[in-house]
Amino acid sequence: MSAIVLVMAVIAVIAGWWLSQQRLTAKPWLEEGSIDDFPGTGAMTVPAAKLGLGVFLAVATSLFALFISAYSMRMNMVDWRALPVPALLWFNTGVLVLSSVVMQWAYMSAQRDNMDGVIVGLCAGGASAIIFLIGQLLAWQQLSAAEYFVASNPANSFFYLITAAHGLHLMGGLVALGRTTAKVWRGAEMPQLRLSVELCAIYWHFLLLVWLALLGLLTGWTDDFVDICRRLLT
Amino acid sequence: MVDVPYEATVDVPPAEVADVELYHPKSWWTQYVFSQDAKVIAIQYSLTATAIGLVALVLSWLMRLQLGFPGTFSFIDANQYLQFITMHGMIMVIYLLTALFLGGFGNYLIPLMVGARDMVFPYVNMLSYWVYLLAVIVLASAFFVPGGPTGAGWTLYPPQAILSGTPGQDWGIILMLSSLILFIIGFTMGGLNYVVTVLQARTRGMTLMRLPLTVWGIFTATVMALLAFPALFVASVMMLFDRVLGTSFFMPALVEMGQQMKYGGGSPILFQHLFWFFGHPEVYIVALPAFGIVSDLISTHARKNIFGYRMMVWAIVAIGALSFIVWAHHMYVSGMHPHFGFFFATTTLIIAIPTAIKVYNWVLTLWRGDIHLTVPMLFALGFIITFVNGGLTGLFLGNVVVDVPLSDTMFVVAHFHMVMGVAPIMVVLGAIYHWYPKVTGRMLNEALGKLHFWVTFLGAYLIFFPMHYLGLLGVPRRYHDIGEAAFLTPSVHTLNAFMSVVALIVGLAQILFLFNLVWSLFKGKASGGNPWRATTLEWQTPETPPGHGNWGKELPVVYRWAYDYSVPGAPEDFIPQNQPPARRTAQGAAT
Repeated sequence: MSAIVLVMAVIAVIAGWWLSQQRLTAKPWLEEGSIDDFPGTGAMTVPAAKLGLGVFLAVATSLFALFISAYSMRMNMVDWRALPVPALLWFNTGVLVLSSVVMQWAYMSAQRDNMDGVIVGLCAGGASAIIFLIGQLLAWQQLSAAEYFVASNPANSFFYLITAAHGLHLMGGLVALGRTTAKVWRGAEMPQLRLSVELCAIYWHFLLLVWLALLGLLTGWTDDFVDICRRLLT
Repeated sequence: MVDVPYEATVDVPPAEVADVELYHPKSWWTQYVFSQDAKVIAIQYSLTATAIGLVALVLSWLMRLQLGFPGTFSFIDANQYLQFITMHGMIMVIYLLTALFLGGFGNYLIPLMVGARDMVFPYVNMLSYWVYLLAVIVLASAFFVPGGPTGAGWTLYPPQAILSGTPGQDWGIILMLSSLILFIIGFTMGGLNYVVTVLQARTRGMTLMRLPLTVWGIFTATVMALLAFPALFVASVMMLFDRVLGTSFFMPALVEMGQQMKYGGGSPILFQHLFWFFGHPEVYIVALPAFGIVSDLISTHARKNIFGYRMMVWAIVAIGALSFIVWAHHMYVSGMHPHFGFFFATTTLIIAIPTAIKVYNWVLTLWRGDIHLTVPMLFALGFIITFVNGGLTGLFLGNVVVDVPLSDTMFVVAHFHMVMGVAPIMVVLGAIYHWYPKVTGRMLNEALGKLHFWVTFLGAYLIFFPMHYLGLLGVPRRYHDIGEAAFLTPSVHTLNAFMSVVALIVGLAQILFLFNLVWSLFKGKASGGNPWRATTLEWQTPETPPGHGNWGKELPVVYRWAYDYSVPGAPEDFIPQNQPPARRTAQGAAT
């Protein structure tokens, strides 16, 4: 459970830092009067959707950290047989990195009011994400062709489960991306688009980071790191 | 000292909070059924939770009939008894209490108490309810499938949860896991709303330290639920894989009926870690909203400011944080390393400190208050007593050496029913009596309410207090029929029969309460906008029940905290949060 405890600690630090800015030591029973006397304690000024995405990312981080926790607990047992990682995953990773870069470009174009850049960025980002998903399906196919079925070994089960969870999150992102693209299609102005594009880009970067962490785990690159964490905590 | 006239003037321009674009319903369907108004969604959540809660009530009756009069009711066999336990527990903890506190009270009270027009993502909020309803339907459908619902116990421990000895192995367990997955998806949608609304949509002047404790409790519980429910999600998905696809996440190598099963190498303990990483915060997900609400009930009905507001807020946050590092105290008997047991026993006992601070503060709020023994106040007092009782037995069970012999006895059943069954239900009932006038514009009948309180409070106490003694004698839990054994004295059987009779009466009192809810809707006394003369914003709405958008043309501006009761020199014994300060007026007039 070390991964999830680590994530919770990070979230606790962020929450604690934020709370420390909120004058929690105030004595509200003495502080009658208008808000102007107490600067910086009103509602947050970030757009609601951005904050909502931030909270959702915390939930998703918790979810993936729990998968990683379960994985690292299970891989510690004697019967663990790691499965060969299909080479295709490296190609897929490259495509996902590209997707993230393109989304960043769309976001920067939106900041510069460059509508053509946004359209190209969104379309290329969506297309590369779809290619990534197809690549993942092909990787599954390769594995099952080589008789690494979902139920034949714990490592296989985890591989299918974790890649599926990540893929489903990306598909959710594609829905949001589709809605943003539809807005462009209907001729929305740049100010209405900017936030949507930014949120998509943030979500893409998040899923890329999650994927890199998962890849490290699935390929065994992070075994040493996991081992160190485990020793620290036990 | 010169008396300062409390004259309301506005010395601050009205709200500069950006008004949200409200969705305006266009038809009867979008106004009352597929509504995006948090108040309607709150009522939908509450009614659905109550409906499925009634099922759980009937299940508890059936269990008590069996325990009190074993062998008398031939239609309750051992398998059904296990199914009743499982469904009763799961419904009460998740589909009733969590849904009612966060989906029901959260939806109704957060926007009104922070001075917002609605939740920030109304559409997602609506989806949240419909996914919850779907989860409830999937759960309830388990009663009608071949084999019936699962009988794995509400903790669903593998490997037994998916083996053929456990009832509901065919469909019951699949439906249960699917329903949980749906519930968590639905809750996440709602939870995002509650958190972002509190952070974002507070009206002008509503600093965090001016929030009523109800909002603090619901907010913190929601944050915890958002972070803890993924653990149950992961556990449910993995177990569903084990059951449907034949993977071995949790299933070790097993021989069943002389046959080697296809499973091998899985870890049941892994499930326990995941389950309790959710399960322990869940206790506080239910308790923190109750803590918050009860603080407001006590302060309002004792006409006194809450004692130690800051400490109350810190305690809520501290309990929320600590509850994530105590989960393994549910696993003392799983064969864990003794050092782990020591660590988790310590953290468990540390939680008693902020919790005790809260109890002292409630009692000190009552101290020399102008206590009105209204029905909400009675329920609040009942909560304090049952919660203290359940909390103290928690100290017993938090210690490894005491827990190990008591772990599988009725003592544990008595403990958790007292602390997270009866106590939060007391708050739910008190809160309904308190806010019903705002929701409907009518008061609940007080005589019926008092009868309801006394039967429920005394009855629940008579059921669960003696149960501790059964546990100390060694009466095991989860048993369909405890049979005859040397350590079971005749009084055990008499006591069981007595508790069962009381349980039937307490259940009937809840039916009386439901009658009161319906009857008062039509015949109750008109309440006016602020029948309890309370300070918080929800009582200051221009209309009762509050209209679409809550506040009429302008959002309220907040000038003070939520607990200005019995302020010396004030003309009335309460000053609403949105009433401008008077001294400035006096000074302004002087200059």
